Amino acid sequence: MTTSPIPEQLDARRLLCPLPVIRTQDRVVDMCAGDILAVCCSDPGARYDIPAWCRINGHKILEISEGDYEFTITLRVGEEDEDGHGA
Amino acid sequence: MMAKAKAVALISGGLDSLLAARVVMGQDVHVEGINFFTGFCVEGHTHAIRKRDSEKPKRNNALWVAEQLGIKLHIIDVVEEYKDVLLNPKHGYGANLNPCLDCKGFMVRKADEWATAHGFDFIFSGEVIGQRPMSQRRDTMPVVARESGAGERLLRPLCAKLLPPTLAETSGWVDREQLHDFSGRSRKPQMALAEEYGFTEYAQPAGGCCFLTNREYSSKLTDLWCAQGHREYELDDLLLLKVGRHLRPRPNFKLILGREEGENNYLRGYCRQFSHLHVLSHRGPLGLIDGPANRDDLLLAARLMARFCQGRDAEQVEIEVHERKGETWTATVKPMTAAEVLPEWYV
Repeated sequence: MTTSPIPEQLDARRLLCPLPVIRTQDRVVDMCAGDILAVCCSDPGARYDIPAWCRINGHKILEISEGDYEFTITLRVGEEDEDGHGA
Repeated sequence: MMAKAKAVALISGGLDSLLAARVVMGQDVHVEGINFFTGFCVEGHTHAIRKRDSEKPKRNNALWVAEQLGIKLHIIDVVEEYKDVLLNPKHGYGANLNPCLDCKGFMVRKADEWATAHGFDFIFSGEVIGQRPMSQRRDTMPVVARESGAGERLLRPLCAKLLPPTLAETSGWVDREQLHDFSGRSRKPQMALAEEYGFTEYAQPAGGCCFLTNREYSSKLTDLWCAQGHREYELDDLLLLKVGRHLRPRPNFKLILGREEGENNYLRGYCRQFSHLHVLSHRGPLGLIDGPANRDDLLLAARLMARFCQGRDAEQVEIEVHERKGETWTATVKPMTAAEVLPEWYV
């Protein structure tokens, strides 16, 4: 398993809850454990939803960085569970 | 030894689906949640973008429920497929544009398809007989099971004892005796069960979990359809209906005004797609023009917008107009009086 040196980028700006989570979920399903994804959002709700989604699906939030009207959530993709039910 | 059964829970984020999932989990069944995004879902923090609502919990209730239960939640985007449910409901609408019975059948069908595709044995929901006037009546619950195609793969743990046994019960995956017989609009049995399980906090949706049950939202959607001359819509249309103050002073265009800083920030993301206005001389909202507008329309919009800025009582207000085609110019206008803003302009 390799780790992406450069985070993949996902533009979730202008999307309202729960779309930033859905877009994140749909991107992560095609990524490998250890890969990094940076999600750019403008809905403040995503600041709570994406970390919640990561907690229940075994991914790790690395950083939440602030911009003027948007923010970026960086996460590391976790391992799939024993049933093979990844995020 | 019998393999552990696997079930998919329809999770709305409310108390009933929380309890139904907890009941089934208590019977040693592997449970994962599913939640559908139609574009019309009301969330605890749908208005998180409004800073004045910042004291309210900013959470997606379905995610929160899943976290309380310790289960995975799969959120599925059904915006495109849902259009047919909204536009052509076989069972008609409720008090507003809510096609509740068709909606329930659609979601159960999608959950059943997802469960089958992912190797789950059955699905279940938090429905309670008599809880809702359209989709949760004794006579309509079999309709949902039948028309969704789920049939006996659909279990309703909170009222199962009042219904014929389903596959989960006849297969021995769950013990029918440990299920419930809740009915009616009273929430007391659910609250008692919540207390039994130690759930002290849960969402209390007032008016349901869908914007289509809301009269004001339905009115905005109807206005959109009338203005465009057809009932098609895109996701951006739905998102914008949830944000800002909407006024239609002329049939050909609508002015969308941010009501506070959070909404202005959100609307700013649409500036490349829409002609837009902002106040130069005073503090005020950002305004988007939805629809084709000529210079006279834009001047009218500027006067109207000036009414909603801090210069509403000033002789003149300067407003910068950014036309979608690229031209930018400044309008110096006299704000409309309160009497000039006609009540029927409010969408």
